[in-house]
Amino acid sequence: MTDMPLSDTAAAPRRKAASLLKQDARTRRRNAAEKRFRLYGAAAIAISLAALLVLLATILTNGAGAFRQTYLNIPVALDAEVLDPRGNRDPAEMARVLTTSYGRVLDAAVRDTIARHDIRIEGLSDDDIGGLISREASAQVRDRVLDDPGLVGQTVEFDVLTSGRIDGYFKGRVTMDSAERDGNTSPQQLQLAQELADRGEMVTRFNWDFLTNADASDQRPEAAGLGVAILGSFYMMLVVLVLSVPIGVAASIYLEEFAPKNHLTDIIEVNISNLAAVPSIVFGILGLAAFINFVGLPQSAPIVGGLVLTLMTLPTIIISTRAALKAVPPSIRDAALGVGASKMQSVVHHVLPLAMPGILTGTIIGLAQALGETAPLLLIGMVAFVRNYPDGLPGGLMDPASALPVQVYNWTQRSDPAFIERASGAIIVLLVFLLCMNLLAIWLRRKFERRW
Amino acid sequence: MPLSWALFASLLLATAGFLVGRSRAFAVAGADSRVLHSRPTYHGYSVALTALLPALAILAIGTILRLMDMVPDAAVPVVGILALLAAVAGLGWGVTRIGRGFQARNAVERMVLGLLMLCSLIAIVTTVGIVLSLVFETGRFFQVYDWKTFFFGTEWTPRFQGNSELGIVPLLWGTMYISLIALLVAVPIGLFAAIYMSEYATPRIRSLAKPAIEVLAGIPTIVYGLFALITVGPMLRDYFAEPLGLGSSGSSVLTAGLVMGIMLIPFVSSLSDDIINAVPQSLRDGALGLGSTPSETVRQVVLPAALPGIVGAILLAASRAIGETMIVVLGAGAAAQMSLNPLEAMTTITVKIVSQLTGDSDFNSPETLVAFALGLTLFVITLGLNIVALYIVRKYREQYE
Repeated sequence: MTDMPLSDTAAAPRRKAASLLKQDARTRRRNAAEKRFRLYGAAAIAISLAALLVLLATILTNGAGAFRQTYLNIPVALDAEVLDPRGNRDPAEMARVLTTSYGRVLDAAVRDTIARHDIRIEGLSDDDIGGLISREASAQVRDRVLDDPGLVGQTVEFDVLTSGRIDGYFKGRVTMDSAERDGNTSPQQLQLAQELADRGEMVTRFNWDFLTNADASDQRPEAAGLGVAILGSFYMMLVVLVLSVPIGVAASIYLEEFAPKNHLTDIIEVNISNLAAVPSIVFGILGLAAFINFVGLPQSAPIVGGLVLTLMTLPTIIISTRAALKAVPPSIRDAALGVGASKMQSVVHHVLPLAMPGILTGTIIGLAQALGETAPLLLIGMVAFVRNYPDGLPGGLMDPASALPVQVYNWTQRSDPAFIERASGAIIVLLVFLLCMNLLAIWLRRKFERRW
Repeated sequence: MPLSWALFASLLLATAGFLVGRSRAFAVAGADSRVLHSRPTYHGYSVALTALLPALAILAIGTILRLMDMVPDAAVPVVGILALLAAVAGLGWGVTRIGRGFQARNAVERMVLGLLMLCSLIAIVTTVGIVLSLVFETGRFFQVYDWKTFFFGTEWTPRFQGNSELGIVPLLWGTMYISLIALLVAVPIGLFAAIYMSEYATPRIRSLAKPAIEVLAGIPTIVYGLFALITVGPMLRDYFAEPLGLGSSGSSVLTAGLVMGIMLIPFVSSLSDDIINAVPQSLRDGALGLGSTPSETVRQVVLPAALPGIVGAILLAASRAIGETMIVVLGAGAAAQMSLNPLEAMTTITVKIVSQLTGDSDFNSPETLVAFALGLTLFVITLGLNIVALYIVRKYREQYE
């Protein structure tokens, strides 16, 4: 800076000769620098927006497939001799018949359908026909039969899941070329699937099961669903809501309205701002050491997840609640105190209701943060493979469950590429939840925002 | 919930206490309620609170002791009965307090204030809990493993049979390398975005671009992790690593660094935006009035004035980057090695905490306990960065207030 005036005076005599209408070299250079600088700024914004768009686009294109699923519609002859050897239709007896028997029944049904449509494909092997439908399909049929033993002996239409590779073929993930190299499918099998689809027996339609099913094993990506994860996340959010809102609001009221200026208050304040910046995984370690190893709560339980997330969101909620309380003008408090209210009455009757919209907005944003948090949940055992739904409240809080973001992580660790599609689909579900929560927060702010 | 009956009964007792207290206050007052210090409702609340609070305390302590197996199953009803007795005693005492001279409102407010204070202490309890759990388990780790090897060892090869090499240096290297790349991405982009938005953008563009960038901050890190795993990683591998012969793995330092950089952009930009906006307009007006272009004003006046705050923001971003978990778990790989090649897979402290603590872990083996030592190291590093950053930011704010 200091040398600029010097060079200016040195350049001054020369510039006098030039016309005012014509820019000299130095001005041109400065203007070019100005334009460049502006461009850098615009480029920075463009890059960040592009990154956002690419991120959302990849997740959407990868995950859209998870919401559609291919089913084979076949009439299954439920052979009484295989499924109910004693013939007394007693569910307890029939429960002893394993899924392998149902697999045989289904196999026969698939062969019948192929014969009925007179489909002939060169080099089609038995494995190709058997592998057409999901291994989960026999369990599906078994559950249905055990629910209604009267079906045995009849021929019933079933919509059975097709295997992951066949499903992938209709979504474009598996092609004839990749099938050549794939041990789990073959071009002949895909041809068969195509023939069946042409005849209307195999359809790809919206996949409600993705939202309601439990997780499935490594071999059956087509049957994996988010039901347990959504329920687990919901339980955790309940715990967070019930604990963090009253505690957070109470703490903020104390710190903002009552706390005397002393060392203890200072320590608490510094503490809260530091806690807000502690890496989330450290909270996971705390949960593992304190809640599971020390107190002895069960692993993978939503209550532990909820407690850990509560501790994590408390700083966020306290910080936003204090901002909301601070925004209420002192005249409100003074007026209440002036007509004889106690300090507590002025806060509870006047300040708190006025600060409510701000508190709610902050709370929803804190909850949204907690919903997407993954790392601490990994440490408290929520990665476990959970096939059973947790019970209803309040006992279900102690049952093992999964959580949406953890389910995503879980699926990324599996070898079958079909799980990547499922993981992206799960992220879409997660993002939809987050979007709803944020829209609610924005709506609340718009509706109740007050300027003093 | 074995004690829910006791909780329910105490709540009932408290409600009863409220009604009794209020009616008793009415009775004491007679026709003229002005002889009471407080309104009858407050007398009701005071009885309800004296009945409820001791019962709740007993129930809470009992539940925790029960979970820690210090109370046998058979004694659970005893806890419930104790709680109920306390509630009844509290109720009785509360009722006897009611009288003309009793300042019920003050009593209630004192109790509520105590509760509020208790809630604000939870923040401290959390920190103490974190520190205690980390320090305690780290102490156990150093009993079975030499601390010098941990802090200065350059080998990380945990084995299930024991005899593991657990040196933190390669993990620290990976953490720092990835964070550096992330900051190299996030700081220029975030800073320029903030400058553009506060100095150049029309209000319309600002009102569109600012929330859009902040959306990036609201996206959970697992989403970024998946993005690194399925898009950025394979892309870098196919277009850079393999043609250049620098590596063949999808997960690499560059993958994790780039994606983490994107995650940090909104963090840097919103913090810097605040800081740049806090620079007084008079400084800008002075520079512009002397004939400097807007960019010269930014570079030579606004940025130097905002520098301490921006440094603080960068430090906060660095602490974020160091503590970030999901992106590196999915994007950086698991191989603990020290190399300069950014297209090779490396690993970080957080990745190893996750891998040592998930699955079946034996809490006596050094392979599991090392995670706590790693956690403590992480905690100390991020805490240090945060304290310095917050100090700088606060100092800076005071300068212009």
